Amino acid sequence: MGDILSLIAKRLGLGLITLLVISIIIFFMVELLPGDIAQAVLGQGATEENLAALREQMGLNKPAVVRYLEWLAGAVRLDFGSSVVTGEPVTQAIGDRFINTLFLAAYAAVIAVPFAITLGVLVALLRNTVFDRVANVTTLTAISSPEFFLGYILILFFSVRWGMFPAISSLSPGMSFGELLERTFLPALTLVLVVTAHMMRMTRAAIINLLASPYIEMARLKGTPPWRVIVKHALPNAWAPIINVVALNLAYLITGVVLVEVVFVYPGIGQALVDAVSKRDFPIVQACCLIFAATFILLNLAADVGSILTNPRLRHPK
Amino acid sequence: MAFVVGYYALLVIASCAAAYFNQRKLFLMLFSLTLVSFVLGIVGGVPALRAVTIFAGLLAFAGAVSYAFREFLIAMSGEELAKELRTAPLTAAFGMFVIFTYAIAGIFAPWIAPYGEAEIISTAFAPADENMLLGADQLGRDMFSRIIYGARNTVGLALTATVSAFVIGATAGLLAATKGGWFDQFMGRVADVIMSIPSLIFALLMLSIFGPEIHVIIIAVAIIYAPRVFRLTRAVAGNVVVMDYIEAARLRGEGTGYLIRREILPNSTAPLVAEFGLEFCFVFLLIAGLSFLGLGIQPPTADWGSMVRENATLISFGDITPLIPAAAIALLTVAVNFVVDWMLFRSSGLKEQ
Amino acid sequence: MNTPKKEVLLKIRGLEIQGYSDETWVDIIKGVDLTLHRGEVLGLIGESGAGKSTIGAAAMGYARDGTRISAGSIEFDGMELTTASESERRALRGSRIAYVAQSAAASFNPAHKIIDQHTEAPVHYRIQKRMEAQEDAMELYERLRLPNPGEIGFRYPHQVSGGQLQRAMTAMAMSCRPDLIIFDEPTTALDVTTQIEVLAAIRDIVDQFNTAAIYITHDLAVVAQMADTIKVLLRGNEVEEAPTEEMLENPQEDYTKSLWAVRSFQRPQKSRPTDGSKPVISVKNVDAAYTGGAKVLDDVSFDIYEGMTVAVVGESGSGKSTTARVITGLLPPMKGEVLHRGEPLPPKYTDRTKDQLRQAQMIYQMADTALNPKVRISEIIGRPAQFYSGLKGAALKNRVDELLDLIELDPSKFYNRFPPELSGGQKQRIGIARALAAEPEFIICDEVTSALDQLVAEGILKLLDRLQNELNLAYMFITHDLATVRSIADEVVVMQHGRVVEHGPKDEMFKPPHHPYTDLLLSSVPEMDPNWLTTLLEERGVDNVGEAAKVG
Repeated sequence: MGDILSLIAKRLGLGLITLLVISIIIFFMVELLPGDIAQAVLGQGATEENLAALREQMGLNKPAVVRYLEWLAGAVRLDFGSSVVTGEPVTQAIGDRFINTLFLAAYAAVIAVPFAITLGVLVALLRNTVFDRVANVTTLTAISSPEFFLGYILILFFSVRWGMFPAISSLSPGMSFGELLERTFLPALTLVLVVTAHMMRMTRAAIINLLASPYIEMARLKGTPPWRVIVKHALPNAWAPIINVVALNLAYLITGVVLVEVVFVYPGIGQALVDAVSKRDFPIVQACCLIFAATFILLNLAADVGSILTNPRLRHPK
Repeated sequence: MAFVVGYYALLVIASCAAAYFNQRKLFLMLFSLTLVSFVLGIVGGVPALRAVTIFAGLLAFAGAVSYAFREFLIAMSGEELAKELRTAPLTAAFGMFVIFTYAIAGIFAPWIAPYGEAEIISTAFAPADENMLLGADQLGRDMFSRIIYGARNTVGLALTATVSAFVIGATAGLLAATKGGWFDQFMGRVADVIMSIPSLIFALLMLSIFGPEIHVIIIAVAIIYAPRVFRLTRAVAGNVVVMDYIEAARLRGEGTGYLIRREILPNSTAPLVAEFGLEFCFVFLLIAGLSFLGLGIQPPTADWGSMVRENATLISFGDITPLIPAAAIALLTVAVNFVVDWMLFRSSGLKEQ
Repeated sequence: MNTPKKEVLLKIRGLEIQGYSDETWVDIIKGVDLTLHRGEVLGLIGESGAGKSTIGAAAMGYARDGTRISAGSIEFDGMELTTASESERRALRGSRIAYVAQSAAASFNPAHKIIDQHTEAPVHYRIQKRMEAQEDAMELYERLRLPNPGEIGFRYPHQVSGGQLQRAMTAMAMSCRPDLIIFDEPTTALDVTTQIEVLAAIRDIVDQFNTAAIYITHDLAVVAQMADTIKVLLRGNEVEEAPTEEMLENPQEDYTKSLWAVRSFQRPQKSRPTDGSKPVISVKNVDAAYTGGAKVLDDVSFDIYEGMTVAVVGESGSGKSTTARVITGLLPPMKGEVLHRGEPLPPKYTDRTKDQLRQAQMIYQMADTALNPKVRISEIIGRPAQFYSGLKGAALKNRVDELLDLIELDPSKFYNRFPPELSGGQKQRIGIARALAAEPEFIICDEVTSALDQLVAEGILKLLDRLQNELNLAYMFITHDLATVRSIADEVVVMQHGRVVEHGPKDEMFKPPHHPYTDLLLSSVPEMDPNWLTTLLEERGVDNVGEAAKVG
């Protein structure tokens, strides 16, 4: 057990260091701006007094390292400064939106993960049949389509033609949960389509990869029925790759969410990021980037820990 | 009514023919389609059956085109290549055909497109007529011409960006695998860090700082995707580097350049070419996403991603025009994926022997 | 030795099996007949590609992925397997026909305890309840003389050593008391000293339960210990079949005779030069370890003189190959040094001069990985000549032709070909030519014959011997195969756990008294005498088989 704990501790440490390095990248990249932030925000026509005032307000007169440390200290307390465009605190501007995004991602994940893994196992079992070929072509097509393409197709059919679901996922306070699910159904479905295709293919690949192992042949030569070969002999060894597949795709959800939020005008953090990018509202951009990166790292970390915990060689050391 | 009768008659006759000629799979497919059609016909009525017919017709047409194109390629190429091509499934042939078409459209865009990409020839959102195959966009420019030009601009940009990412990533990967030691470790760490920032987010960060210029997009994509190429190249080359023939060459006193050029590269080309296709798909989708967000190629240059965004309002009127550039993106990505899928299958199949 | 012929258990007639490669179906088994009676052990032997393993699987009505049974009949205990349904065939597997695979380490599922895998079949077939099956497993472990029979089953496969796993797999095959067991090269992956315990266990269990078995192997001496009848296969065809003793004493076919004759090649032993010349290579008090690992070489010293062959023998993990890495400079030693004609060589190969690198060449075990599949033969052989001697154009071509002649391959046929187009023996010859192209004084041969079939291996050994005489080469011959040592070595170095345990001229080494480990090693090599195993076990005593026999 000691081995496992130290391995996990190592992974956690590595994740923390990565996050630190990324925070440095995110912060100092803005420093690479031609001119400085104040100039970039106010544009060419800004007067000297205005610039000086903004610099004072943003603390730009202090050395970069000091500002980074202050920013980092703030970030740890979830305080990312305030927007340079509206003056509103960043946390207030994106806090609720972050929750909305998490909700959408979770909504998609809850449908996609069990669905994709079951289908993936099924396709692995039926490999090289017509069913498998059709699944292969369909999933490849889904993966190859940009999220906005899928989103607009769903809007065209489900809302414009058939009028089943709203095309715009506006949220209002006091909505019932059922109403919420209905409003956000189309964006969630878009994400489900993309992610399911990815996950299914990867699950299939992971299982087929295992089916070539000698111990699977041994199980077959012991007279084990095909379904039992998959469930009892392949699946327990497939957990590590499957966990990785899931984590990778949840991470992918986070990126995909940005485009989907724009298509459906969903009030999530992705929308906020895109708006901030076009308005060059750097504190919000930095905060969003850090949040996305942290989620990404956290998911990868979870996958690593999961793989370690399900590895029989590590779980039962010599 | 005549349509419905004809529809079922055709399906039943085709099923019988398949059964008679002992085509078990074909028969099962046709007959299950007949059964499914009963349900569909009851639930969706004639339009549903019509949709099925159109879909099946399109599929059959695509299949026929792919088949003809594969035969054409086999006839055109030398013996070695022809042998390889014969193993290509129809999907891969379809992919090659689509890539070929896009290449023609992109290279000869000014000759194919009836109007210039920025030329305003009509009113906003004018419907299609004999002058304009697909109607006009939000400023009254010819949609069809802009789609043709888009093949040049969007695909060209994605290709340039992929090539730069690939050159950087593959070179670093080969060097890391050959040299090993601290260089390998260091490059691996750098790749890890870059890869733990989601690609779209990283691109948005860079674009927000340096502005949505073409060269910024290319550099951003190169930085984002080079680590992925690096990882794969490192893994592929890593499998080659442990071979005894590399050890023999090292012990002979050969330098790094010779090792990479003569010993490692010839054994890594197949997976690297497949990886290039895959990376192209990722890059293409990323760039399309950026343009869709208004942060890609700037107007008035025609670009598929931004065309979708600019014309998106039409969708709420049930008009599918804005979906065409999006479909163009999807079609090319699907095509490349089909070809890559076949190449990966070939290279993994060869390994088992 | 057989009681009157018992009832027929397995009858295969006109079996043909095809394999799928390059878009077509190719015949692998071309019409083989086989009859096996209850309680009888049939040895299937042949070289690689003979189709032994495919026949073994077919006896279970099983065709591996990418193969199909295209003709013939397989009748097991009155039931025709080729026409039976998949579920009927599956019902036989594990219960009435069991399988023991080559690599137990890979064939046990890493996710489950050994005993859970053992009890899977009996519980599935409702032969025993789980607890009964467990008790039975422990009893079988005890019979197979596994240490801690009550506890070992509750470990995971990776927690148990290779030889023990192979015995546990034999026990698993016995779990439903099958009528027939297929042993598919069960000891090939094991060291000789471990092989003995597994062989003894398999024979005991087959005798005790009177189980019929098909024993598949490429090793004649092993099959002689195990089988009542031997069938020889060559490229999917039967060569001949006869009772074991008859087959050993009086083989009928030329192919069988040539197989039997392989082990007879021997050359006169040379002794060290007496003119006081320095050894070509001497290893002096070398300690070595891989980064961060424990010491793998401990005070290793030996000399190799001009024109002589020094065989370095030992089991896997004894440090033979590591010694080679130290000599070539791939692994700088922690202590000690390597001398070339009295001059110390720089410890790292990158610090050595071109001429120093040229003097020591290597030939590898796996010709497949030793030759770049994407480079033409002409360049593989030509490159060292070009690199070291600066040959170009016609001179280079002449040199390559000369080298191809030297290794008995026709230059006009092989000059422009690629390695994958060549057979295993031809590839190994190209490997030799590449080493010769550098014009070295000293060649390290790392298990050069162990991946080859015996007839081919003999050809390579003869070639190496001829080259040594013509070019006055010194060889360091790394091997675990004592038969090879017997035929070509002048001096022998025996290694165990990274130490040299014995060292001397060959004739002395093969005569007692030995170091106890050398003794164990020598006596563990199977001999062609069918009674060898029985005699050996009697000599060593039952307690001396297995772990107990290991000399620390």
